[in-house]
Amino acid sequence: MTTVTLPSKGPLLSGKGWTAFFVALIVVCAVAPVLNMWVPADSPLHMSDYAVALVGKIMCYAICALAMDLIWGYTGILSLGHGLFFALGGYLMGMYLMRQIGRDGNYKSDLPDFMVFLDWKELPWHWTFSGSFPLTLLMIVAVPGLIAFVFGFFAFRSRIKGVYFSIITQAMTFAAMLLFFRNETGFGGNNGFTDFKRILGVPIATQEMRMTLFALTGLTLLGFFLFAKWLIGSKFGRVLQAIRDAESRVMFSGYNPLPYKLTIWVISAVMCGVAGALYVPQVGIINPGEMSAANSIEIAIWAAVGGRATLIGPIIGAFIVNGAKSWLTVAYPEYWLYFLGALFIAVTLFLPNGIVGLVRKWLSKEKAPANAVPARPAVSDGREEAQRALAAAQGMEPESLHAPLGADVKGARA
Amino acid sequence: MTPDLMEAGAERAARAHGLPYDSGSTESGGRAAGFGRVATPGEVDVTHGRILYLEDVSVSFDGFKAINKLSLDIAPGELRCIIGPNGAGKTTMMDIITGKTRPDEGTVFFGSTIDLLRHREADIAQLGIGRKFQKPTVFEHLTVFENLELALKTDKGVRASMLFRLDSAQSDRLAEVLETIHLADSVSRLAGNLSHGQKQWLEIGMLLMQDPKLLLLDEPVAGMTDEETARTAELFLTLKGKHSLMVVEHDMSFIRTISEIVTVLCDGSVLAQGTLDEVQADERVIEVYLGR
Repeated sequence: MTTVTLPSKGPLLSGKGWTAFFVALIVVCAVAPVLNMWVPADSPLHMSDYAVALVGKIMCYAICALAMDLIWGYTGILSLGHGLFFALGGYLMGMYLMRQIGRDGNYKSDLPDFMVFLDWKELPWHWTFSGSFPLTLLMIVAVPGLIAFVFGFFAFRSRIKGVYFSIITQAMTFAAMLLFFRNETGFGGNNGFTDFKRILGVPIATQEMRMTLFALTGLTLLGFFLFAKWLIGSKFGRVLQAIRDAESRVMFSGYNPLPYKLTIWVISAVMCGVAGALYVPQVGIINPGEMSAANSIEIAIWAAVGGRATLIGPIIGAFIVNGAKSWLTVAYPEYWLYFLGALFIAVTLFLPNGIVGLVRKWLSKEKAPANAVPARPAVSDGREEAQRALAAAQGMEPESLHAPLGADVKGARA
Repeated sequence: MTPDLMEAGAERAARAHGLPYDSGSTESGGRAAGFGRVATPGEVDVTHGRILYLEDVSVSFDGFKAINKLSLDIAPGELRCIIGPNGAGKTTMMDIITGKTRPDEGTVFFGSTIDLLRHREADIAQLGIGRKFQKPTVFEHLTVFENLELALKTDKGVRASMLFRLDSAQSDRLAEVLETIHLADSVSRLAGNLSHGQKQWLEIGMLLMQDPKLLLLDEPVAGMTDEETARTAELFLTLKGKHSLMVVEHDMSFIRTISEIVTVLCDGSVLAQGTLDEVQADERVIEVYLGR
């Protein structure tokens, strides 16, 4: 009927993408365990327990960065409260782990040590489900999800946007931190939970258990990545980006932005909660410090460094920033914070699209040395990427994309 | 009793009383409008011959009366041009119709049955009122294709969007609109890279994808080249009849090309109404345009 060729829906990942995905899968589930457990410790290929713990921890952070990207990079809502959801997931897992200690604690009581210390005689109500592993898993999803839902519903319904939303999320996290610091709320106060002994009856400190948790974290990260990729590739994902770019146009196109924002906000919160739950058994401690303002801000930094609105970017960002952190805090402990601040300023000033944006810029320059004509690249899998890279190369900020046609405007008016 | 029988009865009664009877193709839609009909919720009832009624609408911002007792109505299929000096309340009026601003008083009806003041922006858009903003507003980081796809008239819930796939009828519609707005060879370009005029066209295309009954167009040809303006005029004339259009514009030659009835707004209410020549000859209109 018409000669117009419409672009067809691309696959979830390109051929190369799937290859990279399966390589990552094999590394996490097979290579790392082999290098850690069966390669002798004096071999240069041996992966130390320290490295396992570090990478495992960073993978949890990467999940947070991915979650932050969905809400910030794609939907344009900067949350400074993701540390809360992370900590909630962590605390719920911590409660289960505390119960698993059983009578092996210092006071040889059924109750966790800190409750004995406070002279409590029975478990508080909110510890009801902590004895059961399946219920704990359910709560890890449900509690951050529910809190995000209620908070998000009122915030988005009141059309709170931009910096106001960020400040409110920050305030919410701070309030929660103060609450968790108090002994009478039943979360172990200042010290939080630690001294975990076992998980599902299996000792937690063994190499096997560490490796299992490591692999599980890696699988979760990869699973969430695929899920996010699917979500962003669907029309739902495009509506999110549309909300970010021109919310009023979205409304006048017949979409109610509230359920969209709320859905992605809850998904993002749940992802952080799961990350927190995987984090706690690996590092062996959870305390209210996880809810401090700095932690939530750091999540945003990882996403920004890696590249907002690119799913792989925040994961890379989390690895780079945390890798640098673990090296610098050992080598030059006093300079770490300066480095972090400088990094954030540098990224904001020089890399508005993060590391991934920079790489894409280089690639698109190599591909098209004379990209004077910003016209149609072939409709292929890489179509969108090429387009976005091109936009990135031209400075990206929506305001700057307006074509210089201003002179005609006046002429056209009577 | 069916409307037919009722009408036949009315005719007999008129004859019996020796009154003149006109089965009534009056401006308000004839007699059919007066008889009992079932109102379908969500469907625009235009049997009274009016698709949009504004009556005594007032709104003030911090004491400033942006709209003052404004009454205006538009017939189905009509192309109405609205002109007026800056600050006359043209954009505010569109804000009220599309649910962005709540008026302090007055009534706004879409057809005879839908009270627009009781709906939110997204619902009003779904009911069939499309709006083009003064500044072209497209999704800059999405391609032309994706922009149009988002605007497509379909279920706009979260779950439907997650599982959405373009079917062949929708693809045809999309291709048709792409042709209409002359962007068929820019399908995969990012909307942010289009020229100003092309963005205007894309936004109009997004409105067409929604298949609205009433289009509100705020300065649709601002920033367009003469050729683009001519094409836009052509497009609007083809839309007339199928859709109702309300066009706010400053470009008089453009208005002359497309207009039938022109409404002049000033200080938030209607100052004059008629053909372009009539209103241009009106003393009061000349005064507000030149006298200050």
